[in-house]
Amino acid sequence: MTATVADAAPAASTAPVAAKTWRSTIALAVIAVLSLVIFGLGTGSGSTTTFVVARGTDFVHLPDFTVPSRVAAIVLSLVGLALAGWTGYRANQRRKVGLWLPIVYGMAIMGALLTWAGAGRDATSIQLTGLLTSSLFLAVPLVFGALAGTLCERSGIVNIAIEGQLLAGAFLAALVGSIAGNAYVGLIAAPIAGALVGLVLAIFATKYWVNQIVVGVVLNMLIVGLTSFFFSTVMTENGDLNQPLGMAKLPIPLLSKIPVLGPVLFNQNLLVYLLYVAVAVMQVMLFRSRWGLRVRAVGEHPKAADTVGINVNRTRVRNTVLGGAIAGLGGAFFTVASGLAFGKEMTAGKGYIALAAMILGRWSPRGALAAALLFGFADALRAQLGAIGSPIPSQFLAMTPYLATIFAVAGLVGHSRPPAAEGVPYKK
Amino acid sequence: MSAEGQTTEATPDEEAPRESRSRQVLREIAESSSMVVLMAIVASMVIGGVLIIFADQAVRESAAYFFSRPGDTFSAIGDALGSAYSAMFNGAVLNTQAESFAAMIKPLTQTLTMATPLIFAGLGLGIGFRAGLFNIGAQGQVLIGATVGAYVGFAWSLPAGLHLLLAVIGCALGGALWGFIPGVLKARTGAHEVIVTIMLNYIGLYLVAWLLSLDAFQREGSDNPISPMVADTAQYPKILGAQFNLHLGFLLALACAWGAWWLMERSTLGFRLRAVGANPSAARTAGMSIASATIITMVIAGGLAGLAGSAPVLGTQKFLSASTAGSLGFDAITVALLGRSRPLGIVLAAILFGGLQASGPTLQVNANLPVDIVVVIQALIVLFIAAPPLVRAMFRLPAPAHEKEVAA
Repeated sequence: MTATVADAAPAASTAPVAAKTWRSTIALAVIAVLSLVIFGLGTGSGSTTTFVVARGTDFVHLPDFTVPSRVAAIVLSLVGLALAGWTGYRANQRRKVGLWLPIVYGMAIMGALLTWAGAGRDATSIQLTGLLTSSLFLAVPLVFGALAGTLCERSGIVNIAIEGQLLAGAFLAALVGSIAGNAYVGLIAAPIAGALVGLVLAIFATKYWVNQIVVGVVLNMLIVGLTSFFFSTVMTENGDLNQPLGMAKLPIPLLSKIPVLGPVLFNQNLLVYLLYVAVAVMQVMLFRSRWGLRVRAVGEHPKAADTVGINVNRTRVRNTVLGGAIAGLGGAFFTVASGLAFGKEMTAGKGYIALAAMILGRWSPRGALAAALLFGFADALRAQLGAIGSPIPSQFLAMTPYLATIFAVAGLVGHSRPPAAEGVPYKK
Repeated sequence: MSAEGQTTEATPDEEAPRESRSRQVLREIAESSSMVVLMAIVASMVIGGVLIIFADQAVRESAAYFFSRPGDTFSAIGDALGSAYSAMFNGAVLNTQAESFAAMIKPLTQTLTMATPLIFAGLGLGIGFRAGLFNIGAQGQVLIGATVGAYVGFAWSLPAGLHLLLAVIGCALGGALWGFIPGVLKARTGAHEVIVTIMLNYIGLYLVAWLLSLDAFQREGSDNPISPMVADTAQYPKILGAQFNLHLGFLLALACAWGAWWLMERSTLGFRLRAVGANPSAARTAGMSIASATIITMVIAGGLAGLAGSAPVLGTQKFLSASTAGSLGFDAITVALLGRSRPLGIVLAAILFGGLQASGPTLQVNANLPVDIVVVIQALIVLFIAAPPLVRAMFRLPAPAHEKEVAA
């Protein structure tokens, strides 16, 4: 884990001028010191932590490794502290740090946490690969949801209805998949449900100029009500309409044989591969294509966009429908892609976490992916720590995505700025 | 941006001298916003009916041989709708099958009981909307308020009146604290209140889940994460005798509605809040502090939402669990929107939605329909209310002259 620090260091070459702000430095330093005290000094000196990096089925079987808990946790915390110092040094020069820093910092602190949690437990060990696999898996609906939010908000429509779009996608995927008896048919149906929700949002927002937050919140309620109603009536009376279907894992030849990362990234089902494609395509399209430039223009300065001949409301409707479709596809995760039948309110607030991932990812697909993975990791960690019995109440781990988002929007750590014309109806 | 935009449409029509008096009255009724509200409710009920028909087993079975015996389908539709709407009426207004008078009006008192927390939280949200703040966080504020109030209720022992008073104040303070956080973050850092309040909903939920795992909150001898029962001294007294659930909280909610009206319409502070909501730049130029208005609004809104938490923990459920707040916070948003952020409107909207919710058990038993249909109708009503031009187009109502310019 520490090896990546040295590799990543030279990455911060681009240095735009930034305001001199010490907030991030202080926040990073405080967390690193806490980590040093609690995870480092708080661990008994004699104990060890065992990490399992491979599973029996892997092609290359790496041995488990055991580290002295206290020393490892102290070293990782010091790495975190050093990174905080680097942030301070850069801040003093009014320069920004690259994206690598928060990632490496997060890995160091999380490593310290894991070392501490696994310390002195001979019977159990930290399942590193398992942890990463479930992080990615749990992040899937969040990434799709955050991409949907990004696409809508970049064009100036606030999409609070991600939750509803995910739920609608999950519902229709289960329904259509069960009727067809094939999970992949359900996967095709899911985006349609999401797109319909997106269409309603878009019409109310652009035609009737209704407050987009109002429409979003009410649409979420409506979808919860509709899906629960049909679940309790039609689906319960006819069990055939709601069956657990599964999608097989499709290991990619060669790539899936890479140690540790191979099984995590390249032995997944179709939906996860669609996710890689969606993130890459959206990142390029939004920031490198003519279409993306137009979308962003509509979201930042609709009047200017209109002046040069871009149809503002049509762009917004199209983007919102497309965004809804992407979120709907993400909704398929809950049912057909996980091998589960539909259940009442089964998205359980994931749409709102996706919204948080979008904000933390600063309205970019790449950032959304990183933030969603972080949230997925927090979720996976909660499950694993719950399994081995951790001293941290699981509720606090569950809170971290939400707390991180509040810190981000309040500008305590970094600063995220929404598109300028977000939520403002365009009236000629 | 604010919900304010939708509320200004009942302007007197200056001219129309040629029209006869009666036609003029009819036209004003057709153009009025109450007509839109009424028609939105009608449309939602109709769509709800379509869903009920669609979900009904008997209708679907008879529809399979529709062309040979269409009468069967229509009678099945009639049965399904008849039992659904009569169950709603029996569950929310009057129980027509009851033997005694008390049992007959019980549904009505139940409606008012269900409306109580909606009035509190709806008032809080309404004040927020009028001050230009979109507070999605009533859910968290209700829960934290309920937590503090319940803790005062079961952990302290005090004489009767005082205990209730302190528990109610505890509810308000808990909610106010949860409203203060997004308020101060918005005022100091510009963090958008929608995002912060959504996040605080979940933080509050996990916080309460954690508290309920502690010995101080865990009920003795129970494996479920629920708190001990609130002491008798801290419970709202029943105002219509022990056979009805209606409690003092309802009267307190009405008092708060009057208080909210006075605050917004008659007090200097209310004027300031409204001015900031209507036009922040103008308010700032006039020397008003946007930051303090934001914080005050969120504290009042949070406090009222916290009081909504008192209805379950001190009135009906009488203990705390992680699901105490139910979906109150989101229901209250619909109440505030339907009530157009005005106290009287909010009370009426809360009674309407309280009635829909009160009819839930009867719908389940008498018509074999899940409660979720109520949520659908509620959401549809608000969706239609939010877009008056849509409702007008559906029912071919004339649009008021000025609204052709600025719809909603």
